Order: sequence, then structure tokens, then C-alpha cells
Amino acid sequence: MDLNYSTEEVAFRDEVRGWLKANLPADLRDKMAGYEHLSKEDLLRWHRILAKQGWVAPAWPKEWGGTGWNVVQRYIFEEELGYAGTPPLIPFGLTMCAAVLLQFGTEAQKKRFLPRIYNGDDFWCQGYSEPGSGSDLASLKTKAVREKDSYVVNGQKIWTTLAHYADWIFCLVRTDPSGGKRQDGISFLLMDMKAPGITVRPLILMDGAHEVNEVFFDDVRVPAENLVHEEGKGWTVAKYLLGYERMNTGRIGESKRQLAALKEFSSALLKNDLRFRDRLSRLEVELAALEITNLRFLDRMRRTGQPPGADVSMLKIKGTEIQQGLSELMMEAADPSAHDDFSVSIRKKYLSTRKTTIYAGSNEIQRNIIAKMTLGL
Amino acid sequence: MNFDYSEEQQLLADSVRRFLQDKYQFEARKKIIAGEGWSPQVWATFAEMGLTGLPLPAEYGGFGGGAVDLMGVMEAFGEALVVEPYLATVMAARLVARGGSETQKKAILPAVAEGRMKLAFAHDEKQRAVLGAPAADKLVVAAKGSLSLVDAKRARMRPFRTLDNMLAADVSIAGAPAEPLGGGRAAIDEVIDFATALICAEAVGAMKFACDTTLEYLKTRKQFGVPIGTFQALQHRMVDMFIAYEQAKSMACLACSKVDAGEDAAERARAVSMAKIKIADSARHVSQEAVQLHGGMGMSEELKVSHAFRRLTVLARQFGDADRHLARLASL
Repeated sequence: MDLNYSTEEVAFRDEVRGWLKANLPADLRDKMAGYEHLSKEDLLRWHRILAKQGWVAPAWPKEWGGTGWNVVQRYIFEEELGYAGTPPLIPFGLTMCAAVLLQFGTEAQKKRFLPRIYNGDDFWCQGYSEPGSGSDLASLKTKAVREKDSYVVNGQKIWTTLAHYADWIFCLVRTDPSGGKRQDGISFLLMDMKAPGITVRPLILMDGAHEVNEVFFDDVRVPAENLVHEEGKGWTVAKYLLGYERMNTGRIGESKRQLAALKEFSSALLKNDLRFRDRLSRLEVELAALEITNLRFLDRMRRTGQPPGADVSMLKIKGTEIQQGLSELMMEAADPSAHDDFSVSIRKKYLSTRKTTIYAGSNEIQRNIIAKMTLGL
Repeated sequence: MNFDYSEEQQLLADSVRRFLQDKYQFEARKKIIAGEGWSPQVWATFAEMGLTGLPLPAEYGGFGGGAVDLMGVMEAFGEALVVEPYLATVMAARLVARGGSETQKKAILPAVAEGRMKLAFAHDEKQRAVLGAPAADKLVVAAKGSLSLVDAKRARMRPFRTLDNMLAADVSIAGAPAEPLGGGRAAIDEVIDFATALICAEAVGAMKFACDTTLEYLKTRKQFGVPIGTFQALQHRMVDMFIAYEQAKSMACLACSKVDAGEDAAERARAVSMAKIKIADSARHVSQEAVQLHGGMGMSEELKVSHAFRRLTVLARQFGDADRHLARLASL
């Protein structure tokens, strides 16, 4: 047993860390540190800096621009991004759509979409949730009817993150409403957001930010060539994606950075308020436990060559609980009567962070997954 | 980076686990507790398997093992709720190995390794609640930061059983001849951190048992015509127990690795305290939920789960509860 990274892994980490230090633009770093809003241009700027370095899509096969790094190197890279406080890489194209295309897409689809995702030419969003279909995703109703060479799509998606930035959306739609097993009638479609009949309406969250949207589809014609995998096999695609997503949810590097910022910000309080000090220490312990647990899962994946098991859902549960805990303590450390920009941002961050235990499969759904798949209940 | 036990470590842990499943079943354990509180046969087997020599230096009949070498063994002890005075003997023996004179080491360590001698360590300044003392041949006693060796027969003891049925005694060494033993505060801190890392691993084993047995109960116990494990309210609580166990296991790995690395006392103490905070919180959570999810059966002395509750309650506090380790963490 050896909990330390190998010499090669440490060298790799230092290389990444050094490069990030030299290449993360100061204005973007400051915006992140101040919890400020990031524009589409901010996000794409950082995306393109990484693309130019060849590091924007490490997990992809080398022929499409992947780095050939193993799971541990990819983990180190992601954590270093978080630790350095870079703008986030929006996962809808790079991680999600790309993973689906690489596994299920035709050669033509891969050639058409992957290079544009890599270079940041297309901004993607994800059309999963609907007003009546949240955790019960398979009950979705957005309808796609085949007419010759197109699908005609009608319905509505909701909580669509950054749809107002997006050029493309990948959607789960119902192609066969005729009953039977409801998972069977679902298909996976790629749609151009500029297509006639698509309307995006903002949903402002309690922190005042415009991040999510409602997306309406009104007789939208989608070329049949934009169907991924077979018609009616969309649920298989969605399930594949779910397993793929979960390894990446601990956000340990990001939380480490938040913890360091919190310690600095609350240094006076830490000396004088033992209750606050102990609450912070407990979060630090939780974060250490999460990090080691994550490394244990990675070590298992590397040794067995198997994809992550359902038990990695616990990384999402613990990671998001820690993020919420940190944002709560940060708010409590701030002077409650101060209303400068930073103090306001801290409070908004607390409001905004409540979403983390709800999105990407609520923590209750993650518990269902562990109960069923890992514990056999 | 590697979280596996070595082949040797795994083989040892497996054979200890097999032995305990065979000879240290719940009923057998009950008989030991009702009798002397420890078993000469079990102790002899521990010695044969090399457990009593494992953490001792090779030149005195041991195998020079560290906390990681013992981790799998301690997990197996935790699963079986072993009451033998193993930890007490190991702690005292390591102090002898660290600070003893050549004569002391030769007189004591090979005898411990061969299973002929048991020890106990009175780290409490007033020599209260000394674990394993009633079974010990010699006591290592700490007073005002220095150590001495006392023949157990010359000490006065008021033996009792702890909440989790371990053998202990309040000890008085007044008037008993005491041999000075080298090694002061630093040695005491080191061995207590070492032992804390070991009980972290032991608690992980006890939590594993508590989780496994509760999961089994949820799958077999029927109410309202269905297994109670079909109820989501209980499923989620079971999942949280499982997560607490996994997180605790991660922190036990950290503690055992860091006490073995042994470069820097502050870093070692930091890792051990962080681990003990997590283990204390997890042990409390898992043990309380295990009893609750068993319903009335969880309260019964006839089920092993209530004994796991008692053991985990004690382990959560042994060598400092979460609050004490939070304070130590802040002081480092």
C-alpha cells in the first residue's frame, strides 16, 4: 500500500501545475476567485487555450485529439484545473456528446461533430429533463415523429444549462409512444439550436443568475442522419452516459481551492470561534476521505481495467455535500452587514451551490443507484 | 499509488479471518468472555501465525512489520470482535523495542513474539482502566512523560470488563519495584498514534460487520408482506452506512500509511487525528443505524450486532474522541 503518487505522477502533476500557472489568464483567474459571472466568451477563451495545448479532451482516443493519459493522469489533470481555479470546461460537448458519438456514432457523425467540439466551434447543451420528467427521466414526452428523411419534434425541455449559449442540443425524445416498456420508445437526437421552431426561455435561479432555460420545440424538423444509435435505443445511450459521467463529480481540486480560500478568509474567526474551527476541520476531514476514496476507485479501475462501478455514485454525494458545506461556512465567515461585491458574491455562491445535490441525478437518485446496483436492495 | 495489500499481507489477513470464522464464532467468543476474558489457545494460534511477532524487530524474534502490515489483521479482529489483549501487548512491546536496554529487549521481545509473554501499557497517568492488565506478565507504565517496567504480579489490580467486554484493570504500582525504560514523551506519542491507526483499522472491520449484517437483515426480515429492504427510507439509510464505512476505510489507510512513513511527528499526528475524527463519526453513525435498522432485535444481547455496537462505541472514544482530535488537529 502506498498512498503517494509515483515519481512520474508527481512530475506529471508539476508539469500541469506549472503550465496552468503560466497560461491561465489573470482576468479569468480573478473572475473565478471573485465568484463572478463568466460569459460565453470567457468559457470559450479558456477552452481554446487548452485546445491549442492539446489538453482539452484528454479522455478521447488519440486519433480524435485525446492525450493517451491513463485514468490517474486524467484525474490529476482535472483536479489541477479545479485547484488552479480555471473556468470550467463545459461538459455537454467535450465529455457527454463526445462520449456518446465515440461509442455509438457513425463515422460521418464523428467526423462532422468531434473536431468542432474539440476546437470550441460548437457549444453544446443537454436536453434531458422535462417539466414532468425529472428523476423519472424515462417518462419523458417530447415527441419525434419520422417523416421521410426527418424527425418532426414537438415538446419541451427544462433546466437546460447554457441553452442560451448553445449551437447544438442533444436530446432524448420519444419516437414510439405505443406503450410497451417505456424505455424502449426513446431515441437520441442531435439538433441544431438555430432550427426553426426552437425557442429558448430563461429560467432565473434564486441567485439571480441566468444559467438554465426552458427549451420549446414546435414542429422542429431534424434530419434523420442526426439520430445517434438506432431508433428506440436512446435509453441505452443515456445509461452509458450516466456511468461515464459519475467518475468526474467529486470536484476535489475545486473544493481544495475553496477550502484554502475559506481558511485564509476566516483566519481571525478560526482563532476565536472553536465551533467554527471544528466545523471547518470536519469538512477538511471529509474532503480528505473523499480524495482517498476517489483514488481507491481509480486504483481499482487501473488494476482491473473495468469501468467504474455503481458505488462511485458516493463521490457525487460526498463531493456535493462538501461543496455545499464550504459555501455555507464561507457565507458564515463573511461579515453579515457587509455588502461589497465580494460579500454579495459569497452569499450568491451559497444560494447557487444548493443546486449541486439536485443536478446530474439528485443525491437521492444516487442513493437509489447504490442501493440497487451495489447493495442489491 | 497503490491501495492493495501485498500478497503477504493479504494471505495473513485471510488466514486470520479464516481462523476467527472457525474458532472465534459468536458463541466461542461468549465463552471466552464468560471465562478469563482471553483464550490461551487463541493466543497460542496468534503466536503460531506470527501475529505476536509481526510488529516487533527482526533481531528480537519479530518480523519488523508496521501498521499497514497489521491493517488487514486488525480489520479481521474488528469483524470478529476479538477481545484478546493483543493491542495492549503490541503497544507495550513496541515501547520496549524503542527504548529498552539490550537486556530488557532480550528478556521481553522474543518471549512476546513466541506468545509466552503478554504485556500492557498504562498510559493514563493514574494507571486507570489499563487494557489487558489482568492478563499481562509485565506492565509498561508512563508517568510524567517517562516510562518504567513493572512486574504485573507486584502491582495491585482491580480488574473489570469494559463496556465492550475487554479485559482491563485499575492498577496501583505503589511499592512495586520499577525498572526505568528509555524513551519519553516522543516515544509515548508515537506508540499511541501507532495504536490509534490500528484501532482505526479495527473499527473499519467492526463497521464492515455491522453493515453486512444489517444489509442481510434488510433482505430477509419481512414486514407488511415484503422484505423491509424494499422500503426507500431504509435503503437510503443503508447506503449512508455503506458510504460512512468506505470513507472510514480510506482514512484508516491514510493513518496506517502515515505512521509507517514516520518522517515527521506533526504530519503523522495530523493524519492520525484526521483519521480518528472520521472513524469516530463513522463508528457512531454506523453502529447507531445498525441497531436502529434491526429494530428490537438490535437491542438484544443475543445478536452479535449489539456487541458490535458496544465495541464501536468504545473504539470511537479510545485514544481520544472526535472532539479531542479536532482540538489536537487545530494545535498542530
